[in-house]
Amino acid sequence: MKKVKQFSIAIALCAGFAISAQQTPGPDQKEAITISGATAHIGNGAVIENAVLVFENGKITAIGGANTPSKGRVINAQGKHLYPGFIAPATSLGLVEVGAVRASDDQDELGDFIPNIRSIIAYNAESKVVESLRPNGVLVAQVAPQGGTISGTSSIVQFDAWNWEDAAVKLDDGIHLNWPNSFRRGRWWMGEERGWSPNKDYTKDIDAIKHFIANAKAYGNSKSASENEGFKNMKGLFDGSQKLYIYAHGEKELIDAVTAAKESGVQEVVIVGGYEAYKIIPFLKQHNVPVLVRHTHQLPLMADDDYDLPYKLPKLLVDGGLLVALQNSSTSGFQTRNLPFYAGQMVGQGMDKETALQLISGNAAKILGLDNYGTLETGKSATLFISEGDALDMRTNQLTKAFVDGREISLETHQTELWKRYMEKYSRD
Amino acid sequence: MKQITSILLLFLCIQLVSAQDYFPKNDGVKEENNNFTAFTNTTIFITPTQKIDNGTLLIQKGKVVASGKSVTIPKNTVVIDLQGKFIYPSFIDPYTGFGVEKPERAEGRGRSPQYEPSREGFYWNDHIMPENAAINSFKYNKKDADEFRKAGFGVVNTHIMDGIARGTGVLVALNDDDGDATRIIEDASGQYFSFSKSVASRQSYPGSLMGAMALLRQMYHDADWYAKGNVTTKDRSLEALIKNRSLTSFIEAGNKGNDLRADNIGDKFSIDYVIVGGGDEYEMIDKIKATNARYIIPINFKDAFDVSDPYMANYISLEDMRAWNQGPMNPKVLADNGITFSLTTHDLKKPSEFSEKLKKALEYGLDKTKALEALTTVPAQLLGKSDLIGSLQPGRFANFLITSGDVFDKETTLYENWVQGAKNVINDKDQKDIRGSYNLSAGGKIYDMNLSGEASKPKIEVSIGDVKYPSKIEYTSNWVTFSFTDDTSKEVYRATAVIPKEGTNFSGKLVLPNGLEATFMASRKGAAVAEEEAKKDTSEESKIEIVPLTYPNVGYGFTTKPRQQDMLFKNATVWTSEAAGVLTETDVLVKNGKISKIGKNLSAGGALVVDATGKHLTAGVIDEHSHIAALSINESGHNSSAEVSIEDVVDPEDIDIYRNLAGGVTSIQILHGSANPIGGRSAIIKLKWGEEADGLIYKNSPKFIKFALGENVKQSNWSSFERFPQTRMGVEQLYVNYFNRAKEYDAKKKSGQAFRYDEELEVLAEILNGERFISCHSYVQSEINMLMKVAERFNFRVNTFTHILEGYKVADKMAAHGVGGSTFSDWWAYKYEVNDAIPYNATIMSSQGVTVAINSDDGEMSRRLNQEAAKSVKYGGMTEEEAWKMVTINPAKLLHLDDRVGSIKEGKDADLVLWSDNPLSVYAKAEKTLIEGTVYFDLAEDIAKRNAISAERNKLMKLMLNEKNGGGKTRPPKKEDKIHFTCETIN
Repeated sequence: MKKVKQFSIAIALCAGFAISAQQTPGPDQKEAITISGATAHIGNGAVIENAVLVFENGKITAIGGANTPSKGRVINAQGKHLYPGFIAPATSLGLVEVGAVRASDDQDELGDFIPNIRSIIAYNAESKVVESLRPNGVLVAQVAPQGGTISGTSSIVQFDAWNWEDAAVKLDDGIHLNWPNSFRRGRWWMGEERGWSPNKDYTKDIDAIKHFIANAKAYGNSKSASENEGFKNMKGLFDGSQKLYIYAHGEKELIDAVTAAKESGVQEVVIVGGYEAYKIIPFLKQHNVPVLVRHTHQLPLMADDDYDLPYKLPKLLVDGGLLVALQNSSTSGFQTRNLPFYAGQMVGQGMDKETALQLISGNAAKILGLDNYGTLETGKSATLFISEGDALDMRTNQLTKAFVDGREISLETHQTELWKRYMEKYSRD
Repeated sequence: MKQITSILLLFLCIQLVSAQDYFPKNDGVKEENNNFTAFTNTTIFITPTQKIDNGTLLIQKGKVVASGKSVTIPKNTVVIDLQGKFIYPSFIDPYTGFGVEKPERAEGRGRSPQYEPSREGFYWNDHIMPENAAINSFKYNKKDADEFRKAGFGVVNTHIMDGIARGTGVLVALNDDDGDATRIIEDASGQYFSFSKSVASRQSYPGSLMGAMALLRQMYHDADWYAKGNVTTKDRSLEALIKNRSLTSFIEAGNKGNDLRADNIGDKFSIDYVIVGGGDEYEMIDKIKATNARYIIPINFKDAFDVSDPYMANYISLEDMRAWNQGPMNPKVLADNGITFSLTTHDLKKPSEFSEKLKKALEYGLDKTKALEALTTVPAQLLGKSDLIGSLQPGRFANFLITSGDVFDKETTLYENWVQGAKNVINDKDQKDIRGSYNLSAGGKIYDMNLSGEASKPKIEVSIGDVKYPSKIEYTSNWVTFSFTDDTSKEVYRATAVIPKEGTNFSGKLVLPNGLEATFMASRKGAAVAEEEAKKDTSEESKIEIVPLTYPNVGYGFTTKPRQQDMLFKNATVWTSEAAGVLTETDVLVKNGKISKIGKNLSAGGALVVDATGKHLTAGVIDEHSHIAALSINESGHNSSAEVSIEDVVDPEDIDIYRNLAGGVTSIQILHGSANPIGGRSAIIKLKWGEEADGLIYKNSPKFIKFALGENVKQSNWSSFERFPQTRMGVEQLYVNYFNRAKEYDAKKKSGQAFRYDEELEVLAEILNGERFISCHSYVQSEINMLMKVAERFNFRVNTFTHILEGYKVADKMAAHGVGGSTFSDWWAYKYEVNDAIPYNATIMSSQGVTVAINSDDGEMSRRLNQEAAKSVKYGGMTEEEAWKMVTINPAKLLHLDDRVGSIKEGKDADLVLWSDNPLSVYAKAEKTLIEGTVYFDLAEDIAKRNAISAERNKLMKLMLNEKNGGGKTRPPKKEDKIHFTCETIN
């Protein structure tokens, strides 16, 4: 049995406690940095053993085997693992700090169709929750408003920033739409029977969505006498510059959602959730629709479902040839730090480790239309980290260094500080 | 047609019953009718088992005078010849709300819950109303009585169906003609109870099933104390309860689990409840039988689901589909097992649905004699009135049915329902049977006319050759009225005629489409051509397909209960969770449910050999903090609820049990929630999927109770401002107060003085006496410190802090106090008090000598606690061996079960998991999970179960589609609302 670490190491770490380098954004990259000797997990399915990776001015300039020339400052990562920064799509990170404290919650605005509500406005670049994701390798996220039917517009941020303008790597990248359920829970407080039964308003609800999208499209066709911020914000959907993220689970809902969106002239559709997507893989393939699968750590939704359906769902979709990434909008933001382990769960289901990695790196970037992130390839942002071991397994996900756009970031957090403070207390006598 | 029938309902008032003879009479003269009425030449069921052919029933003044083969008929007798007809005792419904209004729902009053009672001079809880007497608000309802009589009932029992203790009921004959002085057979027919609160009061206690149970128990204790004269104040509720002690107690349980719960309470207080069941008793008939209780059983069999939309059908669980398919066998199964039960219309929308449901039960094999008993002699006996109702022996009320044949046959017509000697006509028995095929000559054409169906409600078909003429018929009071439409010309012909007493033909008036009148003639050709539908029905009856039950009777249940097996795991990596550490290439022998040997190259003997090469064998995972497998979690009606126990509400059918097994979990503590500073008692169970509740609970279980601190008990996160405590300061005082009281209580009890038995204080005294352990929900360091200080003041030790997210800040104090910590691996940020929760908590506490476990508080997380433990390797660098102990031996220690489970050690229970990989790895999968040498989860068997579920769903859907296509009733798809409990779930 491998004894990983002893407490003495923890105590030794306390020496650095006084510095408290927490959360201050790193300085811009001045000199070239080379990471050499690590096993590089590219994020597109490939692995390079004993790799050399060079980055300059925040961009990867070279990656290859042992004989790739080094440049500038060299970090020896022999025996370690090198990964692209993980990407968390469809989150509400930075919009809510403490779930139960209403004053800290900015995720859900009033209104049913409010595409003009933009997440980036409220994004808290100094969130302690966001900070806590970094030591696990999650360095980029899509932040989206929650609730209603069209909840608003998301943006994509990196996790090393002074403010939201700094943080944004892609502004207003997508519109988020919660698809109605054809089967819904009885609203007993309105006198309906408890339990789930067919939603009589389902068709009406869909019509309202189609109506809104059609109006948004028509609005864009000519100069209107009066500004309509809602319609205006949907414009990108029709020229493909924005994506429509549709949150849907049921087989019927998925078919309805994709059909309605495509028929309405929406160019790029992404399914979020997709609990029953595995039943309609050919349909989704035909429409070229990728899926952001809800995180793997959840219970089956139906009593008779396979106990491991949520565990293996991404694998079923990948095996079917769909483009897939993982998300976890449905749980608290703090859980997003477990993103690498959601991917790791796939390996136990028989998925290849590098494919599992793609679900939180390369594939996520592709689905989000984020050309500069997600893989360790030349020309991409130097947003990456070094781990002592396999970053998809909690035992060995131990980050030693991390970079965002070439800036070396602190791996300290509010939590590591408290850890060190109290270990130091107990070391006193 | 229906309307006409009800209009026809003549109440031929044969004034046999005399008015009270001391009442003055001013609207006429007083005269008595002492005549007899005799029903002769009839088949009489004097009792369900005593059938007389060609017998006579003699009645006088509302009562049976004689019944049997040779009855002497006095001279002053009106004789009614019932040649070919049948007489049965009329039915009795022992459980209705007839004639008693249900109280109105209380209006809300602001957002804070109501903790205090609304009444004075009564019991402290509004839901206890034994003083209610239904007789005081009883108002005979002729319309409802009519409905019941049409369904065959002559007597119903009724009470105010509201509250937990509901007071006394009324037994009433459905006699419209005489007043309450005659028709009320008993004005205190029993005491009535249930587990449901009154709608009339918003007093929040009890807010859960376990709370309702505790309240019932305390009510009986208090009645006892009151009866002994120990209470100086007036309590009209307890006085009524005491006064009515000798009456039969009826309790509405509503489902099989509650049947047992009710029986349990009854046993404790020597009360033989008559239990109103739920219709699902067949699912655990052995346990039901073992109660030895008498039952009242509803037959509200579910309609088939409409599964024509495959997407919607997907939402229906196998469990619910089975309930449709299996449910109607309930009465048969009860009868086959010799259980005494009565049937009831309770749960049905209206009494008219009763006969159809009963027919279904008969199709499912319920014996007709048993059915008749369940409707006559049994309810009479349950009500203690066998000398008056339920049979037609001399002296009984003349409550009987006259039918055309066997009362349970489809084609049988109910003619008359006599109650207390008063005749009520349902269908005219003297009306001639006109069913047959006829030549109908009308308007110059000859049609074929076929009259079929029930004699009293014939169906009509009119045709010429292949051409059918849409037609309608009504037949009442010997008048037939029918119409038919010429399909091509859309012209309607109407006809009416009186049926002559003699002959087989009839003729009468015909109204032609042009309004002119003519005559028609129907000449009988022969017997009616049987309807196609009827033919189909009978062919379907013969092949009712009932899918088999499983253990439990839900998806993934076992077809046969799994058995203990001797097994030898060969060549595994064995994580002992003991000083021996992790042993490679080691064998573990399981014998008689115990770990019998650990070593190399062990011989199997007769044991089944499992090749575990490359695999890892560990002790089963133990979750110190779970809320799965329970029907309720929080009793939030009071700030202390030590009297409630999760053991009362264990749900052995929760699919999450199976899912947890699939994650290697074998034992859990089901904790009460965190709504109150003093919560309820725990249930510590093994996940023996397929066993019933009492089979899951540990034998000689260590006693635990949940306490809670912080935001939840202060009710900080929702609008409630009226319950003490609202601050952490108040929480401390609440504990001090309760422990002071418990100490005094215990002292009094030990001194031998008389004392009022108080379940809540009993439990708290156990804590003071070191017999019960606290697992306390806790977050911030101040409150953790506080509870340790309170405990030290009262000379006991807090056993476990659960959650304990700031435990790392006071780990030294915890170690000194000797309390363990059971924590989340990495949860935080969900509320204010977890701001300083850190994933290093487990490692830090452990480094200071605290026994640490990782728990879930979540049915999802619990099924991968192995991964949660592994996070401590990442956060703080715990060794893998120590990390693994946090989900095995450490929680076993915290639960005082480490002498039985939690490690791989010779002599311990064989609760084992075989993993595909290092169990701490995110890549590991549980392949086999054993409890006491029985395999409860196995990957290969799981695949077989999935296939079986899919095949069975398919089969049941086909059957439901057949039902729909055959014209059967269906209902829209439905999915039950499964509540995934956490600490904070208020239910």
